[in-house]
Amino acid sequence: MKKIFKLCELGCANCAAKMEDKIGKLDGVTLASINFFTQTLTIEAEEACFDEIIKKSQKIIRKIEPDCYIEL
Amino acid sequence: MRKKEKKLLIRIIIAALLLALATIIPAKGILKLLLFLPPYIVVGHDIVIKAVRNIFSGQVFDENLLMTLATLGAFVIGEYPEAAAVMLFYQTGEFFQSLAVAKSRKSIAALMDIRPISATVIRNGVAEKVSPELVETGELISVKAGEKIPIDGVIVNGFTSIDTSSLTGESLPCDKTVGDSVISGAVNLSGEITVKTSCAYNDSTVARILSLVESSSAKKAKTEGFITRFARYYTPAVVIGAVLLATIPPIFFSGEWQNWLHRALIFLVVSCPCALVVSVPLSFFGGLGGASRNGILIKGSVVLETLAKTDTLVVDKTGTLTEGCFYIEDIYSPVIPEKELLSLASAAETHSNHPVARCIAASPTSHLAENVTELAGKGISATIGKKEYFFGNAALMEQLSVEYEASVPLTAVHIADRERYYGYISVSDRLKPDASQTIAKLRKSGINNTVMLTGDNRSVAEKIARAVHIDRFYASLLPEDKVKKVEELMESGKTVAFVGDGINDAPVLTIADAGIAMGALGSDAAIEAADIVITDDRLERIPQAISIARKTLGIVRQNIFFALGVKAAILILGALGIANMWIAVFGDVGVTVIAVLNAMRTLYQKNNCKEKTV
Repeated sequence: MKKIFKLCELGCANCAAKMEDKIGKLDGVTLASINFFTQTLTIEAEEACFDEIIKKSQKIIRKIEPDCYIEL
Repeated sequence: MRKKEKKLLIRIIIAALLLALATIIPAKGILKLLLFLPPYIVVGHDIVIKAVRNIFSGQVFDENLLMTLATLGAFVIGEYPEAAAVMLFYQTGEFFQSLAVAKSRKSIAALMDIRPISATVIRNGVAEKVSPELVETGELISVKAGEKIPIDGVIVNGFTSIDTSSLTGESLPCDKTVGDSVISGAVNLSGEITVKTSCAYNDSTVARILSLVESSSAKKAKTEGFITRFARYYTPAVVIGAVLLATIPPIFFSGEWQNWLHRALIFLVVSCPCALVVSVPLSFFGGLGGASRNGILIKGSVVLETLAKTDTLVVDKTGTLTEGCFYIEDIYSPVIPEKELLSLASAAETHSNHPVARCIAASPTSHLAENVTELAGKGISATIGKKEYFFGNAALMEQLSVEYEASVPLTAVHIADRERYYGYISVSDRLKPDASQTIAKLRKSGINNTVMLTGDNRSVAEKIARAVHIDRFYASLLPEDKVKKVEELMESGKTVAFVGDGINDAPVLTIADAGIAMGALGSDAAIEAADIVITDDRLERIPQAISIARKTLGIVRQNIFFALGVKAAILILGALGIANMWIAVFGDVGVTVIAVLNAMRTLYQKNNCKEKTV
């Protein structure tokens, strides 16, 4: 299942690339894509894993860009 | 300017004033250091903090670290003014970079501002404002003047003119009245209309365009991916290079260590890859946005790259080069009355989606056809009044071994039963008005290889091909022959773009390097298969799409060469001791801002399609 989230305060394109890379490697994620210009995060994964994936993604994002967060 | 940017601007101004003060007041030694520390701390404290924090969270090598090392290093070698000034200069550049990114985001958001927020649906005579997703197909919605049409549908009451510029770039408004269909996302300009929805919101034009654009960046271009990987190896390599530059000459060649440390710091400052990492994706995204403003939906940056390399264009005839709606020209019926022949054919072709079939099926019929079977590439068979009839092309007649009238100059549907030939109905199709102009434009832009594929017969194909000046054509093709032809061209090393109207072109659209679907908003299969969707059915969009792709890639290449070139030059100058930190900071920040501004050019694509003739 594909879900699109809004990322707030995404300031650095390089950081977006790093986040995309790390989130894409999480368990259960088949596709992760961050569009720096619309500030959206697209994740394709199993429906059941989504809650866990979102939590882990929040952590990854905060580590790379502390001001950035997923708007739920 | 948002709060974050305002705060930074204030810090920059205060630091600049403190720096000016520190420069004026004559001081030496510790006092001098204390004078230059305040501006440095005011403008640079967050950079240093980020650098330290990132080391602990594993993100060691980034621009914060480079700047921190460079400026702290400058303090160590006694260059206090330079340290503070460079940090100030860097943050100023970052400020401008933020502004540029925010501006480009706003432009892109404005382009994408086609999403309708609500729909006024009329239920039981009462008008209710609801979310567009809640309106069902077939319900009536009311759209007042000035409102955006929320869902595709047909006007049942009222007349008005609508503006589709945010979807197709078409600046002339279009008059619509009862019976006309309207698309979602268009703005209703003059009069209130009642529209009967023909689909659900999620299937409507605007929802489709939005979802295409939002997911379009998932498939990254080769150039983009390269840049991200480049940046990952580049930064550590540069830091190592700087360390070597600072240590080897002093240790092995008895160089002055202060001098070489200075050069190493300059090396660090100019080497940041930000310019590339920001400007390249922005260029591609701008290209996609600029294209969608002109009604050309491109599914990803990779497609832009392929489009720019296209050297061969393969076009489907029916529905693409031609209007796709046929007109009955002639009926030849030696055995039974003409009306009877037409009636039989009409009954059989009722359920077919083929444009020729639809034209014939428009005629009145008194028969009922059963067991209608499609014979791919040849026609159909049906049982009417207990007899089995065949309706199709010359190939079908050959297969039945029935003697038929072969010398028909136009597209013909022959009718026969297992023993006898009954005659034919010939139809003709009209060439689209912009067809020959488009081929001419393509040729001018360097695409010397145009090929037309059709399932129609040779003489019709030849007439059309000549009229439009197509280089080569292949006629009487079955769907799988079309696929083979495109494969052949691709195998011979050409980059092939295929243009089709989707109904049966899905396999070819998938296999071509660049599959372009024409105005096929009604065909899901086409949208899925194609890489590019032209929403307003105009052939002129094809050369336009290719030119947008080439322009975008041109800008990407410009940015890459400019950024790498300037940085390399400054790196060498820095190593030789000719460049100072000011030039180094420009090499990083200035180049980034210039690259970002250059990248924004991709958003502004001229709409050079002629005004639509209604």
